[in-house]
Amino acid sequence: MPGRAEGGQDRNAAGTATRTDETMHTHTSEYDPHSKDQAPKPPLDPHLKALENEAIHIFREVAAEFEKPVMLYSIGKDSSVLLHLARKAFFPGRVPFPLLHIDTGWKFPEMIAFRDEMAEKFDLDLVVYTNPRGASESISPFTHGSSYHTDVMKTEALRQALDEGKYDAAFGGARRDEEASRAKERIYSFRTPEHRWDPRNQRPELWNIYNGMIRKGESVRAFPLSNWTEVDIWRYIQAENIPLPPLYYAKNRKYVERDGMLMWAEDPRFTALPGEQVQEGSLRFRTLGCWPLTGGIRSTASTLDEVIAELEIATVSERQGRAIDRDQAGSMEKKKREGYF
Amino acid sequence: MTATAPTLAVPAPLAETAPAIRDSRPLRLITCGSVDDGKSTLIGRLLWDTKAVKEDQAAALSRDSNKQNDLGLPDFALLLDGLQAEREQGITIDVAYRYFATDRRSFIVADTPGHEQYTRNMATGASTADLAILLVDARAGLLEQTRRHATIASLMGIKQFVLAVNKIDLVSYDRAIFDKISHDFKELALSLGVRQVTAIPMSALKGENVVYDGRAAMPWFDGPTLVQTLELATTRSTQAGGFRLPVQRVSRPGESFRGYQGTVSGGSVKPGDSVTILPSGMVANVSRIVTFDLVRNAAVAGDAITLVLDRQVDVSRGDMIVSMDGQPMTGLNFDAQLVALQPGGIEPSKRYWLKSGSRRQRVTITPVAQLELSSGKWKPHSETLGMNAIGKVHLTFDEMAVFDAYEQNRSTGAFIIIDPDTNNTVAGGMVTARRTDLGGIHREGQRVLLSLPADLADELMASEAFVARRDEADVRRVSALRAGELFEELE
Ligand SMILES: Nc1nc2c(ncn2[C@@H]2O[C@H](COP(=O)(O)OP(=O)(O)O)[C@@H](O)[C@H]2O)c(=O)[nH]1
Repeated sequence: MPGRAEGGQDRNAAGTATRTDETMHTHTSEYDPHSKDQAPKPPLDPHLKALENEAIHIFREVAAEFEKPVMLYSIGKDSSVLLHLARKAFFPGRVPFPLLHIDTGWKFPEMIAFRDEMAEKFDLDLVVYTNPRGASESISPFTHGSSYHTDVMKTEALRQALDEGKYDAAFGGARRDEEASRAKERIYSFRTPEHRWDPRNQRPELWNIYNGMIRKGESVRAFPLSNWTEVDIWRYIQAENIPLPPLYYAKNRKYVERDGMLMWAEDPRFTALPGEQVQEGSLRFRTLGCWPLTGGIRSTASTLDEVIAELEIATVSERQGRAIDRDQAGSMEKKKREGYF
Repeated sequence: MTATAPTLAVPAPLAETAPAIRDSRPLRLITCGSVDDGKSTLIGRLLWDTKAVKEDQAAALSRDSNKQNDLGLPDFALLLDGLQAEREQGITIDVAYRYFATDRRSFIVADTPGHEQYTRNMATGASTADLAILLVDARAGLLEQTRRHATIASLMGIKQFVLAVNKIDLVSYDRAIFDKISHDFKELALSLGVRQVTAIPMSALKGENVVYDGRAAMPWFDGPTLVQTLELATTRSTQAGGFRLPVQRVSRPGESFRGYQGTVSGGSVKPGDSVTILPSGMVANVSRIVTFDLVRNAAVAGDAITLVLDRQVDVSRGDMIVSMDGQPMTGLNFDAQLVALQPGGIEPSKRYWLKSGSRRQRVTITPVAQLELSSGKWKPHSETLGMNAIGKVHLTFDEMAVFDAYEQNRSTGAFIIIDPDTNNTVAGGMVTARRTDLGGIHREGQRVLLSLPADLADELMASEAFVARRDEADVRRVSALRAGELFEELE
């Protein structure tokens, strides 16, 4: 039994008044709804509004039902949308849980700068965690291979960070349309104390009534963006004017072509392989991660409108840029069972 | 989207790219059919023809595809394969959600498999669906399964059906066959109280009458394609009834602010409205509706809001803020229907958790009847309701419960049951009515409960005097004999 479930009603559980750390939030979005000078932002179309309402509902439900939620913040566009929705859900209060960033040490510097800027601007509790094994063993995707690097610096690190923080619920930005194995994922995805995901042991979800009862040590991953598609994410970013890391926009960048992937080549740790030519050209990224594992695309789309225009004619699914699941179908499921997010 | 089905191997691109604004909410739908009716092919075809399948996924499709059908088309069903375990066993378990969009609307499909766990999976998928697509194989016509699926869909509150008469290519596009099946189905639907039925002859495999019309093969059919039907379907809205706000959390960012956060699950609200807080019954007025974007002057069903009241009242998570008029039912005893979802079933006299909206409370469940899906008839049943059983039950609470009838409000009338031993979700249910359990003349709070012979009860309830005092008395129909007995007990 979870502690709070005993003894009848849960009406005085975390949702009511225990979050004393919640202080009035100063509103600092680009668009200030309380200013008389700005033209009112046009209302969201009913489609995006419905998705937004659903996500806010999930945020509030988890925040109220769990002792210690955390939001996994990976700095990408989905995380940016997630953060924006969290701010909306708890307004006028501040976001009542920390953001957790698993730093592998190999993120693009532009991501780190953006992360710190957001934390500052929106008054967020930011927890950054790096697997100590990474530093002591100098783990690198180049010398140890991408899958070992990911296992240790991402999957293992996430488990360690969740254990250390004693978090019983972790918000993530995963969407069901991303990959076939996610189509059956629940909004509340149940994890064992070892953080394992057992596809056979998930709870049915009916209506929008979520079952947040867990035993000590167990946890859930909660996915407020489950029903969003990639196009929805971009349209929402556009409609809400959500800031994104500059990596999403095309800019002159140095890169090499390696294994069919355009690899960013400006990091001091980058070394060209024999025969490799460092090129320079207009490049942007469709997903963000560790730079040695994240392929860029040649593009001149340097504004949000241009990126979206490109997206609507593009027919390549976004995960293709990620080296991690380019092997056969089913690889994501394996990763997930092991606790990779 | 009225182009004729293009050459099959190369799907024609959809008309231009979608505009930035869709004018309606996403339509949620569920697909039901027996194994091999072509459900996976249909969903795969929908995704394919609306370009929801990206190039690399399509490439993976042909790579993974070891069997290709006679027409040289990819096996669309493979687009839907999600989990290794299932693939190994060659069955699909559970509910998968798929997404596609046309330039007019976006769609969320709950894909539920047709094997023996169908009831539990279907109930889950149907709980949020506005429309059900029922697939039949044109060669076989309606099956017992069709009746089961239609029954479950209607029970879960779905009011719009599409009958997909699939594999019409295998019966030479015979109009008479289509007419017969759709006629039979409309009768079935009517017997379930579903009036909105669209029947469409289609070939999921060839893509006829799915996204593109099948006029070339079926000149006799002048109805809409599947996608046209879906674009025009209505999404349910509970804006008509009284205002309902189940309170998810209380926001107190500072001394000066106290707001109640939740999603409006019925009706609408505006500043100045008088509201009641249930179950306490306290009253207050709405002073503000706060959202991130602006202070709103109204909120309607579906909106996630923060409500500020004009006075200090005790409101906490699990309470419901409702309009003064048209309040929901409150009480300790309710009638409901539920679907048992887990191997242990639902046991009589065990204490479970019930969660509805944001409120969780203890409940005991007494089975009364079980639905026989093959005939659609209710059979008396007071034992454990086994997995996949659909039952009529009595709910008994320790503390005041608050519900609308599911028929009136799909949100405040729905609940899940959680087993306190396993924490698993073991049933999903729908409240049908508040129950007055006691015979004779009693006073329960301020309400008088009358047990009367049926004819007298009807007469009394029809009288103006009674209607005017509806809040003070409840009438229960009993036989004249039972009324006599009760009277004697009172003596
Ligand atoms: N000729 C023809 N075959 C179809 C049609 N739809 C599906 N099939 C075939 O019927 C078989 C079963 O289809 P599938 O989609 O796997 O059925 P499910 O079990 O309902 O998901 C497959 O061999 C399909 O190719 C159709 O419209 N016409």
